[in-house]
Amino acid sequence: MSGTSLRNRVAIVGVGESDIGKVPGMTGLGLNAQAAKRALDDAGLKPPDIDGLLTAYSFTEPYFMLGSVLCEYLGLQPRFNASLVVGGATPAVMLKHAAEAIVAGQAEVVLVTAGENRATGQSRDQAVAALTAVGHPYFEQPYGSSIPGFYAMIARRHMLEYGTTREQMAEVAATTRRHALLHPNAHMKAPLTREQVLSAKPIADPLGMLDCCLISDAGGAFIVTSAERAADLRAKPAYLLGIGEFHTHEHIMCAPSLTEFGATRSGAAAYRMAGLGPADIDVAELYDCFSVVPIIEAEELGLCPRGEGGRYWLDGRAAIGGGAVPVNTHGGMLSHAHAGAAGGLFGIVEAVRQLRGGLGARQVEGAEVALVHNEGGILSSHCTMLLGKDKA
Amino acid sequence: MAETLPSPVVNADSAPYWQGAREGRLLIRRCDACGKTHFMPRHLCPACWSADLRWVEATGRGTVHSFTVIRRAPLAAFAPRVPYVVALIDLEEGPRMMANILGEDALDTAIGDAVAVCFEDRGEGAAVPQFRRAGGRG
Repeated sequence: MSGTSLRNRVAIVGVGESDIGKVPGMTGLGLNAQAAKRALDDAGLKPPDIDGLLTAYSFTEPYFMLGSVLCEYLGLQPRFNASLVVGGATPAVMLKHAAEAIVAGQAEVVLVTAGENRATGQSRDQAVAALTAVGHPYFEQPYGSSIPGFYAMIARRHMLEYGTTREQMAEVAATTRRHALLHPNAHMKAPLTREQVLSAKPIADPLGMLDCCLISDAGGAFIVTSAERAADLRAKPAYLLGIGEFHTHEHIMCAPSLTEFGATRSGAAAYRMAGLGPADIDVAELYDCFSVVPIIEAEELGLCPRGEGGRYWLDGRAAIGGGAVPVNTHGGMLSHAHAGAAGGLFGIVEAVRQLRGGLGARQVEGAEVALVHNEGGILSSHCTMLLGKDKA
Repeated sequence: MAETLPSPVVNADSAPYWQGAREGRLLIRRCDACGKTHFMPRHLCPACWSADLRWVEATGRGTVHSFTVIRRAPLAAFAPRVPYVVALIDLEEGPRMMANILGEDALDTAIGDAVAVCFEDRGEGAAVPQFRRAGGRG
């Protein structure tokens, strides 16, 4: 058996989002700083309270040692600091590292941030070209492959093996757009129908432009501390009940399967730590860089049986008030924001807010346990967490 | 003026692979300790960590595991080629690799198609392995 459990040991006590969308007056570091300040204010803490910082990576700003760079920018001198790179899985993995540091006594209050000015800090062509670097430089890039192309190959395989349809994938984008319209800070403000998704410009068959996540300027942040300290703070804590990660490959050519991924394992670890199962989940924030992804994750994480992810979305079960576990209540990366690792971080922010309650039409009634899943690469690196309004 | 398609990048792990491509041969790595073949040449066998590896010539026959038609090229050099097929090919020997499906009927590609290797010139004698539909289903 593994060592010390992280169950009930730490809590997220503050969350913040920067301004989101096209924010031309802000640098990537500025977006991180704005989100950090809002998270710290939310927690009722002051900068000197922070003794640990974790951040991710930037494609738009040329900084090495981004964690140290951000500490310098924020005037922090922490005893715990790192920048982590596991792609989109980074925010959830950062929470795990923060929890481990706190439980081990290496830090008491950890600021976790991510964000980039991807909309205005680079041209659209630069953005696409930079992301191409996620493909293997020697054995994938010479073939003009793209990230949408990689996920398209996964989508096509899912369609073949399980009968998943374009309509089902389009419904992911349409449902999460309806959710985003209930969020005051979401990037996208206009309604979106399934038909619009289906008729959008084709990018990599079977995926069209609106099956692909946004390119936003955005930063997100949250504050983690011990459960003991959380009890004395202003905001309602969201306790970490369980968390697990699993990594199977980086490049799609080396993926063990195009239909079964590491989310099953990361999810099982999180459920086991929490002593909970899929039936205990009230709301889920899943990674949705492309419309097919939350279909696969809904299956892998047990929200529905294998092969029924498409129907989960098309039948409206993923919608707020849809009678099952609502997914991506903030709009996800397809409609709320996507800016590097910040994309998945906003799922954590939203889960905390859902557990606190009071979100009006966006609120999942009686939300007590939230699941957040982040994945990085091409469904390569996975981290799943369960957060609770109360300890498990 | 159109940008040229990328040339292979040769390193210590891959030099024989790219030399093979220049000669019209698809080379893969086989482990003498466990007998498994792998794609993406490495210093050691990813199955058993033996460094006792040899290069073997693949038959070049395979099947399409999945594919996409790229409608928006990620790099300017590929824009004139749009629409083009990127596929994951399961080689007869077992390993999976990425390539384009070339040929007049490339856009008719389907999962399970039988394909055969060919080599595409990338300048100054360098070549990359590619595939063409070979008729039938694997």
